[in-house]
Amino acid sequence: MFCILAVVIIGSALLCVTTTRIMRAATFMLFVLFGVAGIYFLLDYTYLGAAQISVYAGGVTMIYIFAIQLVSKRTLQGLNEKIKTGRFIRGGLAALVALVVVCLIILKTSFLTIAPDNTELSMEAVGKALVGAGKYEYVLPFEFISLFLLACIIGGLVVARKEEKQS
Amino acid sequence: MIPVEYYFVLSALLFFIGVFGFVTRRNLIAMLISVELVLNAVDINFAAVNRLLYPQGMEGMFMTLFVIGVAAAESAVAIAIIINVYRNFKSDSVDSIKNMKW
Repeated sequence: MFCILAVVIIGSALLCVTTTRIMRAATFMLFVLFGVAGIYFLLDYTYLGAAQISVYAGGVTMIYIFAIQLVSKRTLQGLNEKIKTGRFIRGGLAALVALVVVCLIILKTSFLTIAPDNTELSMEAVGKALVGAGKYEYVLPFEFISLFLLACIIGGLVVARKEEKQS
Repeated sequence: MIPVEYYFVLSALLFFIGVFGFVTRRNLIAMLISVELVLNAVDINFAAVNRLLYPQGMEGMFMTLFVIGVAAAESAVAIAIIINVYRNFKSDSVDSIKNMKW
């Protein structure tokens, strides 16, 4: 199961960054997001997987598709950006070197794995920790996130609104 | 049971695919999609560390939850900026933005 998900995620991510059509990139990003949600389900974080699907796959991807439709008519018709070969090779080389370094560090380190007891984290525990005010409970970041989202709504509207012509 | 290293390698691969996309693409929306890939890689890491190395806590899970929220807000604001840039410069490539002052 993990192997299938990993292949889906990596393959879609590679196609996502190499395809030149922006709409296809958004579609492959959707596949990556579903794969990551599958990883969360595999780790028995059901709530996290549901949040990933509803927020990312439902909300963020919609925003992207709307933005693509609004911004780039030319890109949709196939007149798209050309990736320069030099930049492609340089970027690929830099990413590959960094990836090899990180993978070596990860594989050299031994981790003290504790076998999980394969039970799903109960929804009651998640809810109590999310809005509790005690130790290891998260009502303060929760409220900060809500304020932050409000600020982002206002900021997005202010930035994207049409300037009125001053005569 | 899948060893935790597999999750780490998967997330490292996804992270650097995102970095590669961010470096090579010159379309603003494509760069933003690459940033989303990077954020998802970090989320996998948090969840895997929480589940397989420290299963009695919930810190990694909540970190991932808040990262999802912040990422949604961030992409909304970034899209607003991109639409504004397109309106002013009639282009959606980063090369068209020579100066930040308009």
